[in-house]
Amino acid sequence: MPHPFVVILGKAVRYAARLRGGGSALPGLFVERISPDFIKTTLAQLPHGIVVISGTNGKTTTTKMVVALLEAHGLKVFTNRTGSNFTRGVAAALLGDIDVKGKLDADIAVLELDEAHAVPFVKAIPPRYSLLLNVMRDQLDRFGEIDATAKMLEKIAQATTDTVVLNREDARVLRIKDTLSDQKVELFGLSDDLLAHFPSDDDMRSGVVTKSKRPPARVVLKKYAGNEATYAFDGHEFSTTLKLNGVYNVFNSAAAIALAQAVLGKDLAADKIITTIANVTPAFGRGESLVVNGKPLELVLVKNPSGFRLGLKSFSPEGYATMIAINDNYADGRDMSWLWDVDFETLSHEGVAQVAGVRAYDMALRLQYDEVKIGHIEKDLPAALRQFIDVNSEHPKRIYCTYTAMLTLRRELSKITKVEVVS
Amino acid sequence: MNIYGDHGNLLVVQRRLEWYGYEPEIIHYNVGDTFPDTVDIIVGGGGQDSGQEIIHDDLLKIAPKLHKLAEADVPMLMVCGLYQLFGNFFKTAADKTLTGIGILDVETFGMGERLIGNIITRSEDFGDIIGYENHSGQTFLGPNAAPLATVIKGAGNNAKDAHEGARYKNVIGTYLHGSILPKNPRIADFLIHTAVTKKYGEFSTDIVDDLIADLARETAQDRPR
Repeated sequence: MPHPFVVILGKAVRYAARLRGGGSALPGLFVERISPDFIKTTLAQLPHGIVVISGTNGKTTTTKMVVALLEAHGLKVFTNRTGSNFTRGVAAALLGDIDVKGKLDADIAVLELDEAHAVPFVKAIPPRYSLLLNVMRDQLDRFGEIDATAKMLEKIAQATTDTVVLNREDARVLRIKDTLSDQKVELFGLSDDLLAHFPSDDDMRSGVVTKSKRPPARVVLKKYAGNEATYAFDGHEFSTTLKLNGVYNVFNSAAAIALAQAVLGKDLAADKIITTIANVTPAFGRGESLVVNGKPLELVLVKNPSGFRLGLKSFSPEGYATMIAINDNYADGRDMSWLWDVDFETLSHEGVAQVAGVRAYDMALRLQYDEVKIGHIEKDLPAALRQFIDVNSEHPKRIYCTYTAMLTLRRELSKITKVEVVS
Repeated sequence: MNIYGDHGNLLVVQRRLEWYGYEPEIIHYNVGDTFPDTVDIIVGGGGQDSGQEIIHDDLLKIAPKLHKLAEADVPMLMVCGLYQLFGNFFKTAADKTLTGIGILDVETFGMGERLIGNIITRSEDFGDIIGYENHSGQTFLGPNAAPLATVIKGAGNNAKDAHEGARYKNVIGTYLHGSILPKNPRIADFLIHTAVTKKYGEFSTDIVDDLIADLARETAQDRPR
């Protein structure tokens, strides 16, 4: 059990950090420094153990869905809700949920972990279940190569004690199956028709998606059109409407169901899945919708080429004013090369009203070469946001932004509209 | 091979040619394809170690054609992985030697240390070249290769000397991503100008507005490594 002094001090730092707005990792960092075993001792108390969710894209929304599914079945769940998926983010979240004696009132922990941070984490604290979503090019300046990232996921799988849930449609993730001997493996996948919507980075430039023979999957997303999705699951088919948008979010709902099945076994109930999935909204900045001066404003987090491409594909620019905000801080990735692997031609009819962020000119340069018209370029985010809102007051708005740009924009937006409080 | 935005280099060559009033034809050469008869500019990208092994045999097969083109002053830009394989050899960290095609007199050794970060180099021909490097292979120049540039900030070819990239005739090898050509239009124009004057004897009088590129360069120069 962690020292009460550590807990109280940590809680105080957490409160102070929240007053500042944004960043959630700082208080965790503080506790991590003064009590390294803090997370381990706190999580070891949980009767259903720990679930780790990792992969390049969709961790946060998937985690949200898994939590909702488990809660719908009566479990008390601890999770790191903010998308602060480094170890210290977990510590920060724990600080919010434990009592001053360090006791966590939960049955199970569902943790979203960044690939690189997950490896030392699972080594210290082996999870009972893991869900590995995908490996795509993201933050290669931190991880080196995409194959190295796949290796990290492999380590998470190998440290898992009970069941590993894998994406059948990502060759690098599926391959992990062959490295496991002690764990149960469950797969989630797509029907052949839907597979064409998911070119991997390897297929990206060739435009060819290979439909080789694939092993059977426990949960398959069969159809997705408009706001309705159909799943095949254990020989049954069921459909549900969705509040989620974006094909990638919808595919990850299949992942969440497969994981819930691994945890709950035959207690998993189809009617509860349907109502839960139908009501899940996108996570923090993953297609989140706010209202500014009576017009909707959507925030879409973009972190890597595949995510950006899927975002552009999911949201029609028609009728919308678009802003793109690109930072290159450590958490965003410093290399701007990734912008050149996204096609922006879908924006060429409407143009981009505002380009912003530290690397605004890199983004503008990218748009110049796709011959997309630009309204204004302003590096300073608060100034750019004000200009964007003033100039486009009559239009619904959409902002594509990198992680740290999103933190700043949310802080600015919270001064003028209601922004869901995340802690 | 395409990783780290090498597509950007191709797009820049294509668009600038269009803006200068030409109609470029882009041919994507992949393993096993028939090598085209007429080539005016070649742009090659980086890849992971596994990708390099896949293209290796095919590259050796077309090497005589590439040599002939290089000797005929055809401009080429080879970034990262293909820069290494345009050299004499690449000895990987696992002690496996991949023979290169030897157009550039350079040798590359896979190392444990990865050289990563923003990089600025200075070249007599192209001024300051600004980009991002990310490689574990370290490259050393032989007597018949000239460096493309001298490193001002960052690592470049290796952790020992200040060289970045290599140059032989109009063949440029470099470790710079970013992508390199968008933020360094002088290199793009060198490739284009060389190819067009070789083909038509003269070059367009049109001018491309590089204001945004200049501003992006200004930002990049001030960013941490």
